[in-house]
Amino acid sequence: MKTLVALSLAATLALSAGQAFAGEDSELVIDGETFVTKLDAPADSPLAEIISGWRFRSNETQELQTDDFENPAMIFAEYGEELWSRVDGAEGKSCADCHGDASESMKGLRASMPKWHEGKATLFTLEDHINWSREEHQKAEPWKWESQEMLAMTSYIGLQSRGMPVNVATDGPVAEWYEKGKELYYTRVGQLDMACANCHETNYGNMIRADHLSQGQTNGFPVYRMKWQGMGSIHRRFKGCMDNIRATPYKRGSDEFTALELYLASRGQGLSVETPSLRN
Amino acid sequence: MAANIKPRVKVPGTAKAGEAITIKTLISHPMESGQRKDRKTGELIPRKIINKFVATFNGELAFSADLLPAVAANPYIEFVVAVPESGIMRFEWTDDDGSVYDIEKKITVA
Repeated sequence: MKTLVALSLAATLALSAGQAFAGEDSELVIDGETFVTKLDAPADSPLAEIISGWRFRSNETQELQTDDFENPAMIFAEYGEELWSRVDGAEGKSCADCHGDASESMKGLRASMPKWHEGKATLFTLEDHINWSREEHQKAEPWKWESQEMLAMTSYIGLQSRGMPVNVATDGPVAEWYEKGKELYYTRVGQLDMACANCHETNYGNMIRADHLSQGQTNGFPVYRMKWQGMGSIHRRFKGCMDNIRATPYKRGSDEFTALELYLASRGQGLSVETPSLRN
Repeated sequence: MAANIKPRVKVPGTAKAGEAITIKTLISHPMESGQRKDRKTGELIPRKIINKFVATFNGELAFSADLLPAVAANPYIEFVVAVPESGIMRFEWTDDDGSVYDIEKKITVA
């Protein structure tokens, strides 16, 4: 009677390459909540439809994001939750000491990033915000842009806006940044002489060697990328793209990348925030 | 890779005798293959992987897997098992350095 039967095994080794793109018509549902992964673009948009990167992935990869237990990105969000209440810096304070419950205080923040910061009179990414608060209020050392801690915190804060529509401001003081980002998007650079638009505007949906080109939407960042076997920021992805076209990449956190981040977010207005998402 | 190694499992709390139940497991672990070199020093980064996963039910082997260096970081293992009676499902992940990460879950057979 005590016999146990192991009936089948499905070990995900994160190695299998997707081949079918049937997933383009699937809907992303997490915990019963349907996410907006596709919508009609407004008349002034260069795109006909706004499509989340999730739709360009294979069925297997898409599926992993529908279950928070299977989505390895949640490991980072969990770590971020730990860091949220961990005391750091000379002031002896944690994030929670000032901001309380992140599910309330941080709700919606990710959806509006990057955003103008009054105090510093500049455009702030989420990373900038976190480090500013660490230095200003906690008197703690800033985290490195791509550190595990920073990625965990941006994942955790981003998670509080999951499902909310991307809604960034592009007017007022940030108008100049928006224009700068737009200029970068359409400027050909590097030995391959390519602009972002050459792949992500005119050729999304097509293959570039083994990659299925997406629109380069930012609504899921930071993302857990199978290829990276870990989490990465939007700026890491920008750098990767620039390396691929054999251009000299800008630095993470540079004005150029921050401006580009704003412009890209504006092209994805209305998509649901998927942070922390999973891509291959 | 995450900063800390932490096992996670998803097990149904109740089941019927002999019914097939799905068990999901995930451990945060770098799964350093031992093939990579440190970019700065050129030295080989020593291998550090989970090399064995074992699940036992009331002390009896239910499922096991040997993991090799090609397995990606944060290995996810899912399997289906039938339990004959109430008991404790114990999961163990063995690291290259000899550490064992474990977790136990109770399953009640109604």
